[in-house]
Amino acid sequence: MKFQNPHDVKAKTIPGTEGWERMYPYQYQFVTDDAERNQYEKDSFWFYDGLHYPEPLYPFDTIWDEAWYLALSQFNNRIFMVPPVRGVDHRIINGYVYISPVPVKDGAEIGSRVPHFMERAGYYYKNWDALEAKWKVKMESTIRELEALQIPSLPEMEHLDVVTGALGESQGYHLLKNYDDLINLGIKCWQYHFEFLNLGYAAYVFFLDFMQKQFPSMPTQRVTQMISGIDVIMYQPDEELKKLARKAIELGVDGTVCSNPAWTVVEAALKKQDSGTAWLAAVDSVREPWFNVSTGTGWFHHDRSWNDQMDVPLSGIATYIGKLKQGVTIERPTEKVRAERDRITAEYRDLISKEEDRKQFDELLGCAKTVFPYVENHLFYVEHWFHSVFWNKMREVGAIMQQHGMIAEVEDIWLMRRDEIKTALWDVVTAWATGVKPRGAYTWPKEILWRKGVMDKFKEWNAPPAIGIAPEVIQEPFTIVLWGVTNKSLADWSAVQEIADPDNVTELKGFAGSPGIVEGLARVCKTVAEVGQLQEGEILVAPTTSPSWAPVFVKIKACITDVGGVMSHAAIVCREYGLPAVVGTGHATKIIKSGMMLRVDGSTGVISIVR
Amino acid sequence: MSADLPVVCWFEECRRDSVPLVGGKCSSLGELIGAGVRVPPGFALTTEGFRRFMSEAGIDREISTLLRGLDPQDMTALEAASASIRQQIEARPFSMETEDLVAENYRKLSVRCCMPAVPVAVRSSATAEDLPGASFAGQQDTYLWIRGVDEVLHHMRRCISSLYTGRAIAYRANHGFADEEVAISVGVQKMANSYTAGVMFTIHPANGDRSVIVIDSNFGFGESVVSGEVTPDHFVVNKITLDIIDRTISQKELCYTVDLATQQSIAVEVPFERQKVQSLIDDEVTELAWMGKQIEKHYGCPMDIEWAVDKDLPAGGNIFILQARPETVWSKKQQAPLAAAGASAMDYILSGMLEGKKLN
Repeated sequence: MKFQNPHDVKAKTIPGTEGWERMYPYQYQFVTDDAERNQYEKDSFWFYDGLHYPEPLYPFDTIWDEAWYLALSQFNNRIFMVPPVRGVDHRIINGYVYISPVPVKDGAEIGSRVPHFMERAGYYYKNWDALEAKWKVKMESTIRELEALQIPSLPEMEHLDVVTGALGESQGYHLLKNYDDLINLGIKCWQYHFEFLNLGYAAYVFFLDFMQKQFPSMPTQRVTQMISGIDVIMYQPDEELKKLARKAIELGVDGTVCSNPAWTVVEAALKKQDSGTAWLAAVDSVREPWFNVSTGTGWFHHDRSWNDQMDVPLSGIATYIGKLKQGVTIERPTEKVRAERDRITAEYRDLISKEEDRKQFDELLGCAKTVFPYVENHLFYVEHWFHSVFWNKMREVGAIMQQHGMIAEVEDIWLMRRDEIKTALWDVVTAWATGVKPRGAYTWPKEILWRKGVMDKFKEWNAPPAIGIAPEVIQEPFTIVLWGVTNKSLADWSAVQEIADPDNVTELKGFAGSPGIVEGLARVCKTVAEVGQLQEGEILVAPTTSPSWAPVFVKIKACITDVGGVMSHAAIVCREYGLPAVVGTGHATKIIKSGMMLRVDGSTGVISIVR
Repeated sequence: MSADLPVVCWFEECRRDSVPLVGGKCSSLGELIGAGVRVPPGFALTTEGFRRFMSEAGIDREISTLLRGLDPQDMTALEAASASIRQQIEARPFSMETEDLVAENYRKLSVRCCMPAVPVAVRSSATAEDLPGASFAGQQDTYLWIRGVDEVLHHMRRCISSLYTGRAIAYRANHGFADEEVAISVGVQKMANSYTAGVMFTIHPANGDRSVIVIDSNFGFGESVVSGEVTPDHFVVNKITLDIIDRTISQKELCYTVDLATQQSIAVEVPFERQKVQSLIDDEVTELAWMGKQIEKHYGCPMDIEWAVDKDLPAGGNIFILQARPETVWSKKQQAPLAAAGASAMDYILSGMLEGKKLN
């Protein structure tokens, strides 16, 4: 299947954004000057990574894209030697990331990679639990290192200790060094992120593949249901809110906790009572690590954590207190979920007619169940815990840049590439040491103002879902599972390009995330901060959801997201609560408006807008 | 003649092993009832009732005389004998005792259905349906919308006479079956006054997927679906969770209904505004699929099922199974297992990776 030529897409520069390429690493550009690279780009298949990036990337946020560009590719191609695939290549057009799996084309080379793959991947599969335990130690020590990292400000005069301790190093040097350390910790954390993920997905993909060959009509969500964990770390932050709700009632402070949506007001009121202080202590005891959970996916600087926005967990606690007072159970129905999972697994197994196939089923199921907890749990460590701390460290860097007049506001730092920040810090530090004004104080504010305008124009652009030439076969496990690249998705993508008039759309399609059909009024919440407007029984329409959204699921009738597959947070939680969900619609939050009457079919993935 | 065998018996008294007494159709209905499946109620005139009728009316002796020395290749003679036998069967009354028993059951059936002189289907239920060559059993005669005990008795005789079509006689002669051994039972079953009806497979007929139940439905009787005269509504239900995973609502231009004057079903046009209306509501789809799952479980193999939603009865008790038989197409296919014997998860992952996922 042929899509638009990438170079043609790129050539249509949005007026006023000329020169945008400098906002991103140079190797991310589709090129016309290098004939060989140009031909490769033309012949490859590139699809827009809308799963991770619903919006154009800010220059700084490109860090995680580069981090996984490296990590996913190296584990596929240089560490585990996955026989038929190398890595996943990346490009950017107008701030949107396009990716392309790179196959190994030579049959002999594929063959020579097989024994290495069997040995290396085999080692991980065989020792999975022990290696995963090691991973947890490595990851936690990386996070601790990050938390301990200081971003020093530049003093008028260095402390006397520098002299008496004969330290021989200035804060200026430490600022430069620690910025490097900060970035390196981020990259390291993403190395670990992929240590298990490629193999984890492979085990899942081929279990899925086996099941769908046995049962061609089997929905992906049912396969996921068989292997999903019940006690997943990602649920823990929400569990803590439930505990705190119960604790508030027990201590008799529930009235105060629910008295105001602003955390600062509630906190001040509680401090005046003994039982209030006791409850606040209980809150403090769980904030680390659980309140590092992000209110978004954690991928972007604007995804703030609960710790950053205490109003968010407070509203969750208040919702749970309300439910408890009405005598509604707020516990997750884990026993029911477990029993249902076991029933489904057994019934599907019984329908497999061949003895060999039942044995293979047992093998693959066992393998998928071993690896799956990692697939679910790494998110909390990396995207939530690590990232939440990381973004705030970067804000400290931004504050120093602001102090020295390089940027107007702390949040402007996201408009700079991480290597530009490094250069700018050199400018700041040398100027500080010398006692002169940094050059960037004149150039950067102007550049950032221009970049902000470019970002606004990028947001208006509709990124085509696919460009280039689709191959006949895709072998890269991530491409298949995470991005759901199939014949059907290719067809849907070409259909998406044709949505001419969003005001007259009456039907939207996404992935069937959780079964069931309901009708109700839409409530569009672009961020978790807007969930306060959500009324009981409405249908939540959100860009994506994360564990910090969990309390809303006891209020809503169904959930629709722009981004995410059947393993996304919204889909998993909706299945637990028995709510229909349609996920990965691409643009539901753009098309649906609050108050619209919707019909959501979570079994087919179709949303009808009653106009 | 055996005195302790019943002349009539209710479907719910029949089981899978009742074929010699009530034939295949009725015993399978009894089996379904025993499995907890809702089928339209009814009763059978047993093979014992059939034998008594044949001997009491003296028909059996006359048949022997008529058939003796007949050349099975001589179609003209065969047809003449057939016409004579059938005319005699249809003209002679049942014994008083048999008439009373049938009348009593028919009255009870009417009471059960809360309808005076309940309309019924009268159909033959042969004892050897599964033998090769359906002609052995005579035509599978079915008479619909029969009301009143006299009409019921009359059509029972017509079913019995179908055992003596020229083709059936010739078949038996050619294959060495003695006519005295032939027996037939007649089923009398409440007409499902179907609002909607159709077929259901407990396996995907297109790809053999055993995890789904596929339902085709249209308004009126199931004939329009079975015959393929309309594109029916189509539902694919997950057998394990009973979710509807796919649906196609088609434009259904015609459906079958009863013409009470002629007691025949006739095709009528579906009013335009209803043509694209879903003919089976979601709750019914789910309930039906649940029934399909129970039937499959009972028989232990994928099934091919005819069903109807009765408009005379309230929701929650109005879906009926009319017929259920093992699915034959996929069950006969010998499929190779996906897995190589003794393959580990790693082996499968590797071979899957090498094969990749085909696009285009």
